[in-house]
Amino acid sequence: MSRIGVFICWCGENIARTVDVDALAQEVSKFPGVRCALNYKYVCSDPGQALVREKIAAEKLDSVVIASCSPHMHLKTFRRAAQLAGLNPYKVEMANIREHCSWVHHDRAKATAKAASLIRLSVEKARLDHELQPIRVPVTRRALVIGGGVAGIQAALDIADAGYEVVMVEREPSIGGKMAGLSETFPTLDCSQCILTPRMVEVGQHPRIKLYSYSEVESVEGYIGNFTITIRQKARYVDISKCTGCGDCWSVCPLKRNKSEFDYGMGVRASIYVPFPQAVPARPVIDAKTCAKIIRNGCGLCEKKCKAGAINFKDTDKLVEEKVGAVVVATGYKLYDIGQKQDNASLAGYGEYGYGQYKDVIDSLQFERLLSASGPTNGVLKRPSDGAEPKNVVFISCVGSRDNAKGLPYCSKICCMYTAKHAMLYKHKVHDGQAHVFYMDVRAGGKGYEEFVRRAIEQDGAKYYRGRVSKITEEGAKLVVRGADTLAGVPITVEADLVVLAAAMRPADGVAELAQKLNVGYDEFGFLLESHPKLRPVETNAAGVFVCGACQAPKDIPESVAQASAAASKVTVTFAADELMREPEIAGINEQTCAACYACLRACPYHAIEQAEVRTPRGVFVKHTARVNPGLCMGCGTCVAVCPSKSADLEGFTEQQIYAMVESLV
Amino acid sequence: MNIGYYPGCALHGSSDDYEESLRACLNTLDVQLQEIDEWICCGATAAHSLNQKLSTALPARNLALAERGGFGEMLAPCPMCSMQLIKAQRALAENEGLRREMSGIVELEVRGTTRVLNLIQVFEQIGLDRLKAALKSPLKSLSAACYYGCLLTRPPDVVEFDDCEQPRSMEAILTALGAKTVDWSYRTECCGGGMTLASEETVLDLSHKILSNAAAHGANCLVVACPMCHVNLDMKQPDIEHRYGVRHGMVIYYLSDVVGMALGLPESALGINRHFVGKA
Amino acid sequence: MAAQMDIAPNRLIRLLQLGREREALNAQSIWQCVSCQTCATRCPKSVNCAGIMDALRQLSMEEGRVSPAQRRVMLFQKAFLDNIRRNGRLDELELIVQFKLAGFMHDRRFSLLFKDATLAPKLNKRKKLHLRGKKVRDRAVLRRIFARSMDHS
Repeated sequence: MSRIGVFICWCGENIARTVDVDALAQEVSKFPGVRCALNYKYVCSDPGQALVREKIAAEKLDSVVIASCSPHMHLKTFRRAAQLAGLNPYKVEMANIREHCSWVHHDRAKATAKAASLIRLSVEKARLDHELQPIRVPVTRRALVIGGGVAGIQAALDIADAGYEVVMVEREPSIGGKMAGLSETFPTLDCSQCILTPRMVEVGQHPRIKLYSYSEVESVEGYIGNFTITIRQKARYVDISKCTGCGDCWSVCPLKRNKSEFDYGMGVRASIYVPFPQAVPARPVIDAKTCAKIIRNGCGLCEKKCKAGAINFKDTDKLVEEKVGAVVVATGYKLYDIGQKQDNASLAGYGEYGYGQYKDVIDSLQFERLLSASGPTNGVLKRPSDGAEPKNVVFISCVGSRDNAKGLPYCSKICCMYTAKHAMLYKHKVHDGQAHVFYMDVRAGGKGYEEFVRRAIEQDGAKYYRGRVSKITEEGAKLVVRGADTLAGVPITVEADLVVLAAAMRPADGVAELAQKLNVGYDEFGFLLESHPKLRPVETNAAGVFVCGACQAPKDIPESVAQASAAASKVTVTFAADELMREPEIAGINEQTCAACYACLRACPYHAIEQAEVRTPRGVFVKHTARVNPGLCMGCGTCVAVCPSKSADLEGFTEQQIYAMVESLV
Repeated sequence: MNIGYYPGCALHGSSDDYEESLRACLNTLDVQLQEIDEWICCGATAAHSLNQKLSTALPARNLALAERGGFGEMLAPCPMCSMQLIKAQRALAENEGLRREMSGIVELEVRGTTRVLNLIQVFEQIGLDRLKAALKSPLKSLSAACYYGCLLTRPPDVVEFDDCEQPRSMEAILTALGAKTVDWSYRTECCGGGMTLASEETVLDLSHKILSNAAAHGANCLVVACPMCHVNLDMKQPDIEHRYGVRHGMVIYYLSDVVGMALGLPESALGINRHFVGKA
Repeated sequence: MAAQMDIAPNRLIRLLQLGREREALNAQSIWQCVSCQTCATRCPKSVNCAGIMDALRQLSMEEGRVSPAQRRVMLFQKAFLDNIRRNGRLDELELIVQFKLAGFMHDRRFSLLFKDATLAPKLNKRKKLHLRGKKVRDRAVLRRIFARSMDHS
């Protein structure tokens, strides 16, 4: 015989204005199983909770129903209160008579009647609640950080400095990401590599960071606290434990004119190369697509020249397993491809700008390399076609961003700032040069950002035109840029020597496949989905997997660093206790009745169901069965719905409870 | 190959050298053109500028006539005509209410099932391999600027042909026939279209820019696939030269002219001697 | 064409957004527009600017607001449509005569009448001057199609 206590909250005016709480308490006290029903102004307050605890003791209640707001608000509060009074916290139910009733209806009589029905459902459910215990899951206190850009580096250092081991996986030959290729960063105009490389070296030398460079995540098994990661170490053809980084190999390589990826095609590199001098690890890699030895067994000069005997043309990819308890995804971004070839049918390039057709129309990252002191032109600004110093440079904003027709509808956030930076750096290098910026809006919302843009205009003489560019044509040696200034209402034509396009920010290639491996959601653009955009920006809906940096949304370096530290702090919270507690409202399979059809296994979106065997104590095989992994199950109930033998059921929301609730209404 | 043929007013008017050219050329390639009986003007700029309903109705009548004649495909060599016809065909195919309304207005049932092709598409259907096989005189002396104008590739969601900013379909044909094509910037800039009589200065200004850019990029001729473009660049070239005090001397070929020449046809058979600007 | 326009297309659309259609209908630019379709092709918000220009032309004519400086263009288009209505296909000679006469009636300048007079023999030499074209047999249906299309009831 149930002894259920029902506590109806006024929630101040929020409920009591529309629902007659006195009449409600009267009606509810007559429901079968209800021992007592009362109403109170703020049940969530300290005195309110005290009232609940008193009644549990006084009336020897075995279940409690709180009729108030959404469980999202205070379910934890009331469970804790019940536990303090000695009642199992999973014998607490909440009837939402605020969001589901008083906040959406006006008719007092009808609202009160509906509130009574809602409470009836919770009472029926409470009658069949079991006492449950939280699930304890062991935790491996090691973290995986995927991506070695500034966000990944920050997260790895924070976690490692907190005392935990970090495994970092970076798919390029060196860590550093896009930031390592930038010239200077806004708003301070710090030299990008100068502020990043100390961090890179720290990562490379940190006793608790294990760096897998030129590697990718192959597969992910397991769940929070207990992940098994398989990492593919791609073949470098160089044994970095023997290599001293002396550079004899790349100086002797005869194939020196491959387009450099690090320079985005603005420079060249040998077939055996280190992407940039400050690379971590500062060890070369051989490009198997161009190396003559690998393709047709020719050359081999580097192997002969190497005094350390570090070259190994027989190298192969290797798979390595690592066990970690938490994963941080920091895979960063790439730029929108302005040319005609696109990886997505809804995108089309900007043929009207002649990118790919005219050598002197380049994108923003390519311009960074031309500006960079360690770039292909050693920081002297030379335009790609003839190496001449450009006297008139046009910068075009929003190429691919804010474009519903053939680009991406969102704003890429950083372009207004880096375009102003580009205009300034250009002027600092070419004193008699003129920067022309075509903009739609200037978005400069960070600390010191607005002042930074004004500096570009007021001190460095950049001309800002408010309007788009319609077409770039080649007339003689000049690029004729035709745009508009809508503030004056006139067309603007500029004869440019060089045009820089601020291309949109997109998530890096391969992020969708990685997200699938991690069970993390992503939006239509490929940006990884956070749990809540306001309150949980670095968590994902996959427990134990966190995100930071540009892989979640376009953002600049300060924000990426801040998010990385936030993700690291979430990881350290995960590692704080010896065991992790998971909610016990998960599925369970009755192994006696299970027919092992595995419909549940195929249906489970969290891969939480395994094939298992039932054996006698002596180990004799009895039957196959499906079994839920309590670490992975998220309690969605899909297996319950598909099971043909009704062997699957959901603790905390059993089929029996559902039928009882439905029947109570008809 | 048997295909419906919608000449349009220009090709039966002062631009009938284009018809002479394409008939001779396609005949050599065994393409039989069957003129749509009782075709009427597509409405051109005048209709879409002054009356929206008419700009759908006039093409609708032509589509109905094509359907009545049993044509699944129809060549419309003038891009103004082809664009208007395709626009009407798309709208009719998607909207039953429009089909009923237009069928009533044009007094013939129209379903919007005819596929309208431009001349480049017809050559593509014949196939570059067949063209190469039939090649008799490679176009070695040509350094051609392929000029597409406005309506072959725009609006892209209507005509769905080639790339609207960097088209290369004509270049592919010319390269297959041994010609050199130049990389230039005015492939899809407007020549002034049908404004030749209404606003001559606009046409002279725009066409002058096109001829200048082609010359600056090393072209010794232009290749076009539109009768209005041909008029503005060829017939008006003396006026352009007079107005800007510059000598262009740029031969303007129809696409069928150059293909025909490559297939061994004499210039007189292609109507090339009827152009205003001849070879220097 | 924007360099020559009094009110550029983006400003025309802004006027419409602000409810100031009158000013838009009076603009010269809607008749200077050559209908090249570049605007609609490039617009990042997929606004059919070319279609809007067509609508503005139609409305400005219906409301008698055609910019005086651009009346000639409108007269040309009208003459073109009249020609089609009568003949089914364009009769070039008839169009030129009608347009030049209409233009002359409008601004009384002889220059327009005799302009391009030397063109006629050049066209004739190239067999491009067609005094009699092939006509549509059923021309009455054209009149009915026009009547139905222009009927606003």
